[in-house]
Amino acid sequence: MEQTAAARMRPATASQQTGPRAETSQPRSSAAPAQVVFDVKDLSVSYGSHVALGGVDMQIHKGEITALIGPSGCGKSTYLRCFNRMNDLIPSARVQGSMTYHGEDLYARGVDPVVVRQRIGMVFQKPNPFPKSIYDNIAFGPKVNGMKVDLDEVVETSLRRAALWDEVRSKLSASAYGLSGGQQQRLCIARAIAVNPDVILMDEPCSSLDPIATARIEDLMRELQESYTIVIVTHNMQQAARVSDRTAFFTTEVGGETDDLRSGRLVEYDYTENIFKNPGDSRTEDYVTGRFG
Amino acid sequence: MAVATPQRSAERAAAAINQTAPSRSGGERAFAGVLFFATIIGVVVLAVLLIDILLDGLPRLNWQLLTSYGSRFPEQTGVLAGISGTFSLMALVGLMAFPLGLGAAVYLEEFAADNRFTRLMEANISNLAGVPSVVYGLLGLSIFVYVFQLGRSLLTGALTLSLLILPVIIVAARESMRAVPRAIRDGGLALGATRWQTVSRQVIPAALPGILTGTILGLSRAIGETAPLLVVGALIGQRASTAPWEVFDRFSALPIEIYGLIGRPQAGFRESAAPAAIIAMLVLLLLMNSVAILLRNRYARST
Repeated sequence: MEQTAAARMRPATASQQTGPRAETSQPRSSAAPAQVVFDVKDLSVSYGSHVALGGVDMQIHKGEITALIGPSGCGKSTYLRCFNRMNDLIPSARVQGSMTYHGEDLYARGVDPVVVRQRIGMVFQKPNPFPKSIYDNIAFGPKVNGMKVDLDEVVETSLRRAALWDEVRSKLSASAYGLSGGQQQRLCIARAIAVNPDVILMDEPCSSLDPIATARIEDLMRELQESYTIVIVTHNMQQAARVSDRTAFFTTEVGGETDDLRSGRLVEYDYTENIFKNPGDSRTEDYVTGRFG
Repeated sequence: MAVATPQRSAERAAAAINQTAPSRSGGERAFAGVLFFATIIGVVVLAVLLIDILLDGLPRLNWQLLTSYGSRFPEQTGVLAGISGTFSLMALVGLMAFPLGLGAAVYLEEFAADNRFTRLMEANISNLAGVPSVVYGLLGLSIFVYVFQLGRSLLTGALTLSLLILPVIIVAARESMRAVPRAIRDGGLALGATRWQTVSRQVIPAALPGILTGTILGLSRAIGETAPLLVVGALIGQRASTAPWEVFDRFSALPIEIYGLIGRPQAGFRESAAPAAIIAMLVLLLLMNSVAILLRNRYARST
């Protein structure tokens, strides 16, 4: 299983991603040791000479929702963007340490970031639909990935899975900009699902949404967990407590004399229940109880 | 006894508002007058010019003028060489300058590394937009006519005009691509699209209305250019007696024809044929711009 998943990252097999995924998912409360999707060792990210995030060790497990929490500027979004190599797009960003995906080094020489992003989807903080029709928003991914599939079917399935189908089925050719913020974000999730990824990264997906839309996205995340591994950055601790299986708490550490040299550190990573009810570090306790941050 | 129609009561209401408007101090009024004068002067001058041209040119604007070549008799002369030349020039310039300008803009905006070489090119392109057009004529003469041996041909003229409007297109296209939010690019890339797929299928379509506007502006500038075409050897006056049938033929253009007509001693050329040719050119310009604007609006609506 690990072999095949890793092999899919190779460019040559990029178009063969149409196999059923259900068989690879695991029930949430499986007693068996969870399969490791990402194994992160001593990872640090720097922008120019500024170290934004240092020394992270973490394992992300298959079929789980992993929440990354922490105060602003602690590097959690930067960290999230390492998983699908979005940091490559920032010229000054440098990633050090090791990060493997199903046992294969994500940052090895022969790995094409484009193929990585086909396997590891992302939903952004602000809904960012393309200025096109709802249908074209979903169809874009399968088209550029050269997936030989029935587009109509992919559009419908993706929208159904994102719990948006009933609201938009009659206006698939209407512009995505006509949707509400919450609908747009669900469209972005549907868009990410359409390319049949293995992992979905979510960068504060509910930060611009109202509580009702937020609740819908959270419900959706729990449903998607059946088939996908999800890593979510959130500012909202209740959200982390509600949806995630494991939680990582990051904080900023002043690395030098001045405030400019702050860099992010992973303080604690454990089952969500432990993080919130029985944290191992006093800084975690202060944060989750609202005394700081 | 007139019945109060809706229009009449509306007029009365408007009049009442005017009357109750607070009277302003003399100084303020004078200042407002100066500003109004400043606003109106350009419009008035343009109107006077247009009326003058229409009065002089309309009687002479007929089928014969549009379908004849140059002649030494004022009543037999025509600007067909100029019209056909301008049409051919615009087609060639559009074909060459649009892809080149868009290509340069896409490279600079989406692919070029931020280094000294790129910044040097950017500065150069911005400066090129301000270079006097006659200099482009000299450039065209020395490069296309002498170095590449293309002759004083339609192709030389089109290449020269293309160079002239490239900066306009590049700058406009870059600006409209820069206005496309970064989130759109990130969204495309995060779905596993390559940079080129993201740019060609998301960024360029989103920026297309602005890119087309820039191209329209560029072509509108090219259609009226006279100096660079004169320098590269466009045909003028009686010599403009043929339409360019292929790219290596000699050519003329409407502004060149107008320049030639105005320079002739007989009043029949200067005072009736020239204004008529000017009307023809203005109509052509308006037509071209409206087609382009229609095109742009259609793209803008589809997004």
